[in-house]
Amino acid sequence: MSHEAGLNAKGLRRDALAERLILFSLSGPAVLLVTMTMLVPVGWLFWLSFLDDAGGFSLEHYQRMLVQPSYGRAFRITFEISFITTAICILLGYPLAYALSQLPRRVANICMIAVMLPFWTSLLVRTYAWLVLLQRQGLINTWGIKLGLWDSPLALVHNLNGTLIGMIHIMLPFMVLPVYATMRSIDRDYLKAAANLGASPTLAFWLVFLPLSLPGLVAGALMVFILCLGFYVTPAVLGGGKITMVANRIATDIELFFNWGAASSLGVVLFILTGIILYAASRLVRLDRFLSGGGA
Amino acid sequence: MSWLRQPATETQITHGGRLWLYILAGLVLLFLMLPSIIVIPMSFSESQYLEFPPREWSLRWYRNYFNSTAWMQATETSFKAAILTMIVATLFGTMAAYGLHAARLRFAGLILGILLAPIIVPVILVGIGVFYVYVKIKLVNSIIGLVLAHSMLAIPIVTMVVSSALKSFDMNQERVARSLGASRLRAFFFVTLPQIRFSVISGAVLAFLTSFDEVIVSLFVSGGSNSTLTRNMFNALRDQIDPTIAAISTLVVILTSILLAISQFLGKNDSRSDSAGNRNRCCNRAAYYGCGFPPALTQDLFCLPCGVKILAHA
Repeated sequence: MSHEAGLNAKGLRRDALAERLILFSLSGPAVLLVTMTMLVPVGWLFWLSFLDDAGGFSLEHYQRMLVQPSYGRAFRITFEISFITTAICILLGYPLAYALSQLPRRVANICMIAVMLPFWTSLLVRTYAWLVLLQRQGLINTWGIKLGLWDSPLALVHNLNGTLIGMIHIMLPFMVLPVYATMRSIDRDYLKAAANLGASPTLAFWLVFLPLSLPGLVAGALMVFILCLGFYVTPAVLGGGKITMVANRIATDIELFFNWGAASSLGVVLFILTGIILYAASRLVRLDRFLSGGGA
Repeated sequence: MSWLRQPATETQITHGGRLWLYILAGLVLLFLMLPSIIVIPMSFSESQYLEFPPREWSLRWYRNYFNSTAWMQATETSFKAAILTMIVATLFGTMAAYGLHAARLRFAGLILGILLAPIIVPVILVGIGVFYVYVKIKLVNSIIGLVLAHSMLAIPIVTMVVSSALKSFDMNQERVARSLGASRLRAFFFVTLPQIRFSVISGAVLAFLTSFDEVIVSLFVSGGSNSTLTRNMFNALRDQIDPTIAAISTLVVILTSILLAISQFLGKNDSRSDSAGNRNRCCNRAAYYGCGFPPALTQDLFCLPCGVKILAHA
């Protein structure tokens, strides 16, 4: 009797395992597609970056990156732009998130639509709009002169200014949303306690509110910085071809020179740098602590 | 102006003392909205010099767009690619999410990690990589190639949206259906799918938009008579400012808004819950990140813009 039950159990377990394997194989098509169009191509590029023109192993592409100043310039400008964009996003995004977090929820939700609006507008549409707004006879220059803010049209586009304005506009929501979520989850009683103990509103903000909102700020800044490193469209259009970030340099290497080794090595370095920053930051701050707490 | 002297918070700062904050916040909000609202009136302008506000109104640029074979062809390509991408990515993504969820195998996390990899690799690297492989297998400038590449970019989004819906679905319901005689397939279609359908549709909409909006991969692998709308727009923007783009932009804004409103509305119906049981809505224009690196292998996944937990690690 017990012997038969044992046999039956074994059969059932085999059936269960077979079924789980069939279920598991449902992920096959997706895995195959991602492998063929992403893992294989990127892996191939990785391989190419270590080959010279004759097909032998060499580090020449990486060496060139160190020797040739144009590559160093591309990396420097990429980091500079990412840094400035992140800094300005903090300066504009933090006060906005703070103001929103103080408003009643219903009013804040309406204002949130404005923050989300850029997310809902295609990247190219926004880039086009900035091109129009920032040109010499554009809205910004016309109104600036009319209001007496400046005398002659400023060069706001097809240069670094245009690139920065476009990138700040794209990245700002990525800063505002996590900061806002963190601020909403801060218990107001801490501020009351600070006031009760004699802190002025300013002091209470610096000593209590700011430290509590810091995780959101760090997460937002990190996100903005990392996403900035890979920008291509904005510098290409609003920079008017004068701003060469790493992604633009990669595209030029392919489109003009068909230099796969050079482009691949740049891509690999960009990818690894992004990974290192993300990893280092995830060691420094526990992002999940802020994220699971805050609900937008 | 007595409102200015009223206290704004419990710590007794007045609205007047904070006026600068309100003004700054208002200006930043204006900065965020400006480009999105400016293109619509722009597109109805008669002049080709892009003056604002326009002196004369006309539908000239819309006529230009609808009468141009190049733009029409690009629009057709974009729609074809987006619809096919939506079908492929939704099908594969949902299958993978369901399979991994139901199989409960130990290395499911690893597979999930592979499926989510396209999110963390810089798009430019994916773009040239796909281009390189397509040159070898002669898929450049073909719709199939474009759809495969776009589906790869959309699969992570569909997989995550559907996985998160399955997390809150009680699989015992499926077991009940099967104990009453339904096959696994029948149980899925009649019991499980109806309850996660909003997430599946929401994932499909996002997959459509992923393809329709995509610039960089399209730039490399589409071309000739199969150029996408985004590729043509990008090239037009680089060369000169043609107001026809304002008309196209307006149409794209309207299409995107309708689709995202649908996905947002549907997302409300099976919205994600966080650890505290609060029901949260994701902003759906998300860049998803794990809390560790590499993401998804070991930890929970969050939408970084809005902080909603997309996927909890089992």
